[in-house]
Amino acid sequence: MSSATIVPLHRLAHGRTGDKGNRSNISVIAWRPEFWPLLVAQVTEAAVARQFAHRKPGAVTRHLLPKLQAMNVVIDDVLDGGVNDSLNLDSHGKALSYLLLELPIEVPADLAGLLVGPG
Amino acid sequence: MTTPPLLRVGCAAGFSGDRTDAAGPVVDALIAAGGPAVLIFETLAERTLALAQLARRHDPAGGFEPLLDELLRPVLARCLEAGVKIVSNFGAANPAGAARRILDIARELGTRAPRVAVVEGDDLSGAGQQSLWHHAADGLTVVSANAYLGAEPIADALRAGAEIVVCGRVADPSLTVGPALAHYGWARDDWDRLARATMAGHLLECGAQVSGGYYADPGVKDVPGLATLGYPIAEIDADGHCTITKPAGTGGRIDVHTVKEQLLYEVHDPRAYLTPDVVADIGAAEVSEVGPDRVRLTGVSGHARPDTLKVNVCHETGWLAEGEISYAGTRAEARARLAAQILRERLQGLGPLRADLIGVTSVFGDDAGRWLGDQRPGDARDVRLRVALRHADKASAERLPREVTALYTCGPAGGGGVRTALRARLGTVSCQVPRERVPAAFRFVTEASA
Repeated sequence: MSSATIVPLHRLAHGRTGDKGNRSNISVIAWRPEFWPLLVAQVTEAAVARQFAHRKPGAVTRHLLPKLQAMNVVIDDVLDGGVNDSLNLDSHGKALSYLLLELPIEVPADLAGLLVGPG
Repeated sequence: MTTPPLLRVGCAAGFSGDRTDAAGPVVDALIAAGGPAVLIFETLAERTLALAQLARRHDPAGGFEPLLDELLRPVLARCLEAGVKIVSNFGAANPAGAARRILDIARELGTRAPRVAVVEGDDLSGAGQQSLWHHAADGLTVVSANAYLGAEPIADALRAGAEIVVCGRVADPSLTVGPALAHYGWARDDWDRLARATMAGHLLECGAQVSGGYYADPGVKDVPGLATLGYPIAEIDADGHCTITKPAGTGGRIDVHTVKEQLLYEVHDPRAYLTPDVVADIGAAEVSEVGPDRVRLTGVSGHARPDTLKVNVCHETGWLAEGEISYAGTRAEARARLAAQILRERLQGLGPLRADLIGVTSVFGDDAGRWLGDQRPGDARDVRLRVALRHADKASAERLPREVTALYTCGPAGGGGVRTALRARLGTVSCQVPRERVPAAFRFVTEASA
């Protein structure tokens, strides 16, 4: 009987943030094909909204790209107005991929050996 | 009918402010490859154009990319000699001014005069065209209004014999689609091929962001030679499919992971990536490594382009005031938090004040401070307080830098390293205008016409 372990998303995926106005898009790209089903099951729109709750996001829309084993996560109204209005040092929100990559993911024991990077 | 030889498009800049020594190795690689080749520079972000418009107000001969000389001078003679065409939006608010400067550079270098074309029509700030966008900018102090033009005038200029095409606002991927359209002679409603070339342009348009730049994360995402990054080259075939590579001997890396990150960069719906040329669909796109630092993109399809063009209107939005001060050693975080509290009291009534504790948390947080408020005060020993506010009125905004500076004598113990900044801010509103109302066209610029 195998048990699951909980790790941050960056052990399974990488990504990059882009911005247009007050909308952020963050790619989540599986490091390995084996991780893709876990991302689809757990990096949900609701999970993303919770991860960014302090920024009061509007709609979160997830676009799945199975052939790339990647998803594009679009988060509305999350940039305090965007690059022209935000008071953030990072007014583009370029660092936000690293906030999403901290999302906790439950990984079955048989995949634990494939995780990327130090635990 | 014989297929034209493979087209190579190299990109030597991904924004205004990018490295200016990237073009040399790209041009060397394009020349070594031997076939038809184009060098592009993408230097025009949303606000860059508004800043250029302001620069042109001060100097009617200015308003184009300020680093034009640094970008072009090292490679201009070689490009002319080898027949490498140059396409760029470095014309910004004054393409004709940039064209004249290029002719000057060629003369200074002792090369023959290049055939330089400018693409015009994007600037909608003139009295006759304000009605196109005025509804979107009611009550705003407008700095610039530009439509995003597409690839057709670029292709037309190249077909007419231009060696250098200087644009203002065009959609970034169109810098690549224009040369491909001119080279392969695709129908202007060949949506699949236009979409593929568009995504090739999308991969190129941020320069090194596809070839290992903005990717490294030590121990997990290692990239060799970041100080000598090779900028990307797209080999675009007659069907528009592309292979992304970079000059031999340069730093960086191109693999499926670097390409996937850039493929989705600043995309919203991957099945409907809108440009003036086409609606590209990457929902079934695939990437594969076909050699060292060589990745092929396939599976892109396209749909009919929109009937409208996007117009960006830049306007003045007041002032951004920022100030910083550092605390170190025992109870540094507590002293920084106290300094923030003092500033909140002193600047009360000026609107929301953002406070960040650099060294504790400064970026993930929101302007309203919910994130910072959720963090339990800790015992960080090297903390830089950073505060920011915006205000429509300059004199009011100036109170922030003064109050931060006054912390030297009135704030907590041991504060040092005050830096302050006060900047005018620009905002952007967008609207759509009917394509036929934006008459985009190219013309040649010669010294006589200048």
